[in-house]
Amino acid sequence: MLSRSSAILSTARLNFARTYATAASPHALVLIEHRNGAIESSSLAALTAATELGGEVTGLVIGGPDQVGSIVEKAKKLKGLKSVLHSTSEQYTSPVPEIVSPLLEKLLGSGSAYTHFVSAHSSAAKALVPRLAAKLDVPHVPDITSLSHSEEGTTFTRPIYAGNAIATVRAPASLPVKIFTVRGTAFAAAADGGDVSAEVLEPVSVSDSPTTHIKTSLTKSDRPELGAASRVVSGGRALKNAETFKSTMEPLADVLGAAIGASRAAVDAGYADNSLQVGQTGKVVAPELYVAVGISGAIQHLAGMKDSKMIVAINKDADAPIFQVADAGLVADLYEAVPDLVEKLKATK
Amino acid sequence: MRPTPSRLLNILVPVKRCVDYAVKIRVNPQQTGVDLNVKHSMNPFDEIAVEEAVRLRDRLKDEVKSIKVVTIGPAKATETLRTALAMGADSGIHVEIPDGPGPEPLGVAKTLKAIIEREKEKAPVDMVIMGKQAIDDDMCATGQMLAGLLGTAQATFLNKLEVDPKAGVAKVTTEIDGGVEELECKLPAVFTTDLRLNEPRYATLPHIMKAKKKPIEKLSPSDLGVDLTPILETLKVTEPPKRTGGVKVESVDELVSKLKDAGFTAVA
Repeated sequence: MLSRSSAILSTARLNFARTYATAASPHALVLIEHRNGAIESSSLAALTAATELGGEVTGLVIGGPDQVGSIVEKAKKLKGLKSVLHSTSEQYTSPVPEIVSPLLEKLLGSGSAYTHFVSAHSSAAKALVPRLAAKLDVPHVPDITSLSHSEEGTTFTRPIYAGNAIATVRAPASLPVKIFTVRGTAFAAAADGGDVSAEVLEPVSVSDSPTTHIKTSLTKSDRPELGAASRVVSGGRALKNAETFKSTMEPLADVLGAAIGASRAAVDAGYADNSLQVGQTGKVVAPELYVAVGISGAIQHLAGMKDSKMIVAINKDADAPIFQVADAGLVADLYEAVPDLVEKLKATK
Repeated sequence: MRPTPSRLLNILVPVKRCVDYAVKIRVNPQQTGVDLNVKHSMNPFDEIAVEEAVRLRDRLKDEVKSIKVVTIGPAKATETLRTALAMGADSGIHVEIPDGPGPEPLGVAKTLKAIIEREKEKAPVDMVIMGKQAIDDDMCATGQMLAGLLGTAQATFLNKLEVDPKAGVAKVTTEIDGGVEELECKLPAVFTTDLRLNEPRYATLPHIMKAKKKPIEKLSPSDLGVDLTPILETLKVTEPPKRTGGVKVESVDELVSKLKDAGFTAVA
């Protein structure tokens, strides 16, 4: 298998001409993102999307020398992958797009065997993928929620206007490489069950990057990660301040084992950290249960959560738009209702 | 790319005329797009970009030589440029295109690159500050594409920007999943703004009047030698599936039993 995929790489120019004429079966390259020794769940969803193209899927792991080893071991076990490429360099430890893009340009540039490049719609990919697409002189399709592949090209759906319309777009078969990013909540995560080989990919050294990474500061939390949590409780402007946000939302999150989110109003007012914002400009979540507390439900917020399975809303204002999407809406003062709910939920254990 | 480290900054701010963020959009019956016969305004992220450029001038004074705004859009997009000029930009460029769906980010990035190359002689652009995404197509790509085409530094989703014109660098804080990242970019560079970078000002009437006299240069895509024909085919635009929500409960007890029926009980 190892020798075969390197053969594809080396005879890529030949293959390319043929691919073009007969629309041979797709071969997707999936970027597998990782953090703290774990594969990002959104990348597992991207892998599932890639397998839906119906062709071969190769995984790509990029990272620093201390990071890649364990990730590659995990990636090799993923179902759906044909092989795993990995590339390691000190420069890839906290990479910026200026440093990662050249490696991908080389891999996907003229003569490449890959017909598709797939990544999660993460903040890192949002920075990297368009730069890469421009370098390759092709468009890209971000944040897709479904896809299908035929001889005419690859067709995607993606939300536009903050999720208030769904565009169906086709990347024509004539594009040498179709690049897209995947909305993590729209696809199931790829499961374990594979056993494939790994292959080293030489890093491309960037000697004079115009951008230098200085520091990454992550918000520490023991709770489930917001983008991947099956339950989310979210607070809005009605929480008054950071203290009441914490004292009201945390017991509810604890009793439900939920991640905490926030509306833009709550984040802007400093009640909660930026990274907790749910909405068009923040995170898009689609948990099993979404509890909106003191959130009116502006369209920008709904864009980030309306694909949740069950939506519960607690709000004083009976006319708040959130009630139009809620499966269970309670018109009540949240300072009475939420503690009461916490107590009564405890009895359901 | 920039041989003399100490120089005056020329800032380019691309802005887009979008359907106003508060408008509840409607998909047209032909399913080709949304009804555009509604209120439009400047893309909110672009307002933040204009504001940041103007604030940079407030901080750096004469070290900011020019703030030029550019838009690619139909005739009416001139209004968007005037708004930016009223906020404090010096001059505008309007690349006029017919009404209808806008160009793809790659086309926009190529147009901006052509403008930057055209400006090279008179006022070489040191910084491009633009919104992180337009709220209509939600692509979130043009800035990154432009930086890629130019081969310059990029920093996306900025919530803080500090520029040292003498050293020719910018220190930025950007928002990433789960936290923030600090980067240092050599100029020239492309920056895209996140919501929390600043609070855009309202243009006052005197400034609006003054903005009417500021110069706007009109160009066509062919003047710049760019082709804005979309590469991706939009097959259709549809309404998202409707949620069957809208159910109210009377009490916390009823809410708890509903949650329980749906399988949500306490874990701790």
